[in-house]
Amino acid sequence: MTFEVPLKTGGSKINEVVIGTEGVKVKVGGQNCLPFHSFDGEVINKPIVAFEVYDVKPEGWASWLMKYYEDVYHDPILWAKKCISEYNADAINLNLISADPGGLDAEPEKVAEIVKKMREEISVPLIVYGCGNLEKDSVLLRKVFELNAETNLLGGAAEEDNYKPIAAAALGFKDNVITLSPVDINLAKQLNIMVTQLGVKPECVVMDPVCSAIGYGIEYAYSINERLKIAAIYQGDKAVANPIINTVGREVWKIKENKLSKEEASEWGDEELRGIIWEASTAMTLFIGGSDIVTMRHPKAVKIVRELIDELLAEGVEGVK
Amino acid sequence: MGISGLDIFKLLPKTNCRECGFPTCLAFAMQLAAKKVELEKCPYVTEEAKKALAEAARPPIMPVTVGTGDFSFTIGGETVLYRHEKRFEHRPSFAYSISDSMKDSQVDEILNRIKVQKWERVGELLQPNSIYLKSDEDDVSKYINLVEKVASNTEFSLILVNENLEAIEKVLQFCSDRKPLIGPVTKDNIDDFISLAKSNSCPILIKGESLEELIQLTTKASDEGLKEIVLDSSPNNLKEAFDHQIYIRRSALEKKNKALGYPTIVYPFELTDVPIKESVIAGIFVAKYAGIIVMKNVEPESLFPLLILTQNIYTDPQRPMTVEEKIYPIGNPDEKSPVLITTNFSLTYFLVSGEVEGSKVPTWLLIMDVEGQSVLTSWAAGKFIAEEIAKFIKRCKIEEKVSHKNLVIPGYVAQISGELEDESGWKVTVGPREAVDIPKFLQSYKVA
Ligand code: B12
Ligand code: SF4
Repeated sequence: MTFEVPLKTGGSKINEVVIGTEGVKVKVGGQNCLPFHSFDGEVINKPIVAFEVYDVKPEGWASWLMKYYEDVYHDPILWAKKCISEYNADAINLNLISADPGGLDAEPEKVAEIVKKMREEISVPLIVYGCGNLEKDSVLLRKVFELNAETNLLGGAAEEDNYKPIAAAALGFKDNVITLSPVDINLAKQLNIMVTQLGVKPECVVMDPVCSAIGYGIEYAYSINERLKIAAIYQGDKAVANPIINTVGREVWKIKENKLSKEEASEWGDEELRGIIWEASTAMTLFIGGSDIVTMRHPKAVKIVRELIDELLAEGVEGVK
Repeated sequence: MGISGLDIFKLLPKTNCRECGFPTCLAFAMQLAAKKVELEKCPYVTEEAKKALAEAARPPIMPVTVGTGDFSFTIGGETVLYRHEKRFEHRPSFAYSISDSMKDSQVDEILNRIKVQKWERVGELLQPNSIYLKSDEDDVSKYINLVEKVASNTEFSLILVNENLEAIEKVLQFCSDRKPLIGPVTKDNIDDFISLAKSNSCPILIKGESLEELIQLTTKASDEGLKEIVLDSSPNNLKEAFDHQIYIRRSALEKKNKALGYPTIVYPFELTDVPIKESVIAGIFVAKYAGIIVMKNVEPESLFPLLILTQNIYTDPQRPMTVEEKIYPIGNPDEKSPVLITTNFSLTYFLVSGEVEGSKVPTWLLIMDVEGQSVLTSWAAGKFIAEEIAKFIKRCKIEEKVSHKNLVIPGYVAQISGELEDESGWKVTVGPREAVDIPKFLQSYKVA
């Protein structure tokens, strides 16, 4: 009896986005099949993990996470360098929380300088998120793109209510932009259309459909990723044919299950291993759904996820370039 | 699944003898297709036709039930590739792996542990429900002793795996009534195994060295009348394991390949030596189609997130889980107790009520119906907003229960506090953002 593998070939391509400049660049997207489905098409670029770095010392991190960054959290550049030299980072995700008007409210110029300095000093591509405040981010990200013009920086997020200045700056300074829309395929599509109507090339857009951790709504995030990929690849919907980014570290390490120690919750087992599994498993689930870039925190969780990606997309496997 | 009336008609005698109570065979076939009559009503259908009809009418992926009682589980019966299309029906069973090469004391330790190892989540008790008993030593009596010990000590469903058929035969003598899953059925032992499974009415685990071989083996078992089959495709690495899951599900659903229309089993520990990596690999197969996931790493930090992930992936994509809109008294509150409010999304309710309970501060928790959305989602959707909350405060009649007008709202909707005070006439305090900080907050919070 012969068995024919049931293939779904002939998918449309996800846009390939280049992050960074010669020597430090990475490409994401470009595939024409669902995640790790190399039998259906071609996986040109492996999905990547970016280490989360914050421009001020983060509050409330569990000690079993913080201990890896104890020596560097006062300086984002050192922090990023440690992720690269010791944890072998593919990319760095710098989060500009010092700009938050509800917090330090730092000047956009000053904050954007940190980005520039980091980009110049590190050897991997840089992905930047603002502070999450829509108004402040629209000023801040303009500055960030301006100071990092023509470097293929990936920055955002541009949302429905502030995308114009941010996307226009990304276009003007020849950088890449993240479009963020809340767990909704139609909103994602609309926003991408509006951004490209401003003139931004589709190959310069990565979308963040918003994610959440295991136990906190991951099923919605998983399905949104999956639906976006199916729409782009099998329904040929160009407006959502962008790589997807998911900010996993932020979501995973704020939940209760990753704050309580073994003493406080013995029925949940070892706190550090619990955190590693929680973060790695959340990330893998989102990658299986359709993510192309995931941001993470715990070096051991990152290591596991990268090994699994390599195993799922081993060289020599059909369809893996 | 469905089979048309015309297809059925082709298999009937076409004599229009009316004994079934219908004027023609065609009329009978139509009623049969609509599931309005039973096939037995026609005395003249041939065995062959019966079989063909049963085959045609069976679900694309057979449901398989293992075990009896509280720990029995059903897997398979799935109808879609992607969870947004329609709810995934039957969660994978997590199985604790125990081998006859383990020391007695080690087995005891695992048994003691797993009896108490369970976790409550969103009002549901989560725990693995089966034990995978495998043989690594060629010693029948050792295996029998192990199965005896486990069977008499626990009520978990049993998965009995031994290459030595004699061992399986012997253990079935005392535990076949528990409807264990037995295996491995291979090309070398399939005939004997089939008769054993038939006489004990047990589901079987078929192991093929390739998908082609699996197809041959399941076809044979099915021809012999066995329907409850679990597939082991013997992957050599993670990539193969992943691909096989997709090939099998697609073949069954899209190519109507009945020979692969059964649930599957995976062994993440065979794909890595690192215990925590085993858990993450297991997680991949929660989303991608495993029916049974056998776990060597049975530590709580490994199983707890996996069980929650499974609960998440297998929820209904159309309808969020909700709780009833009402006032929930926690810890015997009185008229001076604090009043907290949140939404009727089950997850939100259980996280918040759990923390309020943990705080030991008697509290009134108001649950408002926002169609099962989280705090920020329902705020953004215009449901959990000042005007609506003010109406709800009236509607729920909390004013009859307390002598004060102080309300604590979730930290994530701090921005509504002013407007809510104006709309409701209540004094609003902004609570912490995350539920985990509620105990600390409540212990120092004073109702004015
Ligand atoms: C899953 C999800 C959805 C799901 C719905 C899930 C559900 N049943 O609610 C779907 C996909 C349907 C959805 C839809 C939308 N969403 Co939505 N969604 C999310 C997501 C990813 C997770 C939400 C979640 O489940 N959280 C878990 C629960 C338990 O959290 P919670 O209810 O807040 O409870 C916690 C705390 O608030 C606290 N707490 C709760 N109650 C109380 C009470 C007191 C007294 C205290 C002290 C504390 C407390 O305890 C809990 C644990 O710490 C978030 C982003 C994120 N990662 O958080 C976006 C998010 C909430 N969504 C958002 C939006 C805008 C929407 C839409 C309005 C988009 C749109 N325009 O269509 C729609 C609304 C749907 C509609 N039109 O009806 C935005 C809200 C933006 C904002 N900051 O206001 C978010 C934040 C995403 C974003 N970053 O943009 N969403
Ligand atoms: S009893 Fe059977 S053969 Fe006779 S009419 Fe009915 S279906 Fe036809």
